[in-house]
Amino acid sequence: MITYALWFAATCFSVALLLNVWRIGVAPGVVDRILALDTMVVNAIALLNIYGLLEGTAVYFEVSLLIAMFGFVSTVAYCRFILRGNIIE
Amino acid sequence: MELLAQIVISALLVIAGIFGFLGSYGLLKLDDTMRRLHAPTKATTIGVGGVLIAAMIYFAVFQDKISLHELLITVFLFITAPITANFVAKAHLHRDVKPSELPPTGGKYGWAAYDSVSPDKQPIDTD
Repeated sequence: MITYALWFAATCFSVALLLNVWRIGVAPGVVDRILALDTMVVNAIALLNIYGLLEGTAVYFEVSLLIAMFGFVSTVAYCRFILRGNIIE
Repeated sequence: MELLAQIVISALLVIAGIFGFLGSYGLLKLDDTMRRLHAPTKATTIGVGGVLIAAMIYFAVFQDKISLHELLITVFLFITAPITANFVAKAHLHRDVKPSELPPTGGKYGWAAYDSVSPDKQPIDTD
């Protein structure tokens, strides 16, 4: 039962990632691209944890914590670059 | 006990998958950037939270490893999601919206995204 639920969730998040790629390709503005990239990071974390559950190992949690931190920092840096034209003033 | 854990884990995973998909679908479907901001920042956070809580229950019940660093990721995402949303909204206001299109704030100060408070009137005392 858990395996079926895992594959269902993996399919959902994979389709979500594809939708994000579509959004990055045809976005009305650069802010929507930032938003889609941020959503991609969150979806990738979920997909990585589902893969860790399928394999039965807990190694991927540290990896997803790192990805979460880098995603947050890069989103803030991108927004700040748009707001101020500079990242570290 | 194991059957109950299996049901709970499967339900959490299915709910998380649906929420994650809806978050990205809302990003495509909604028709305004401010509205699009709502879909991913709320729904995918619930999606990842569901997956991580399911993983926590799975490792606690089936592998006898009680670990809390899944909660760490959940808490980190819960803290950073509003900050990211605030920054994206500010960038949107800065790039795509003119200050004259916005309603008045109703307070003493204007919209913070346009630096409309003169330095001698800024509300935070730093000394």
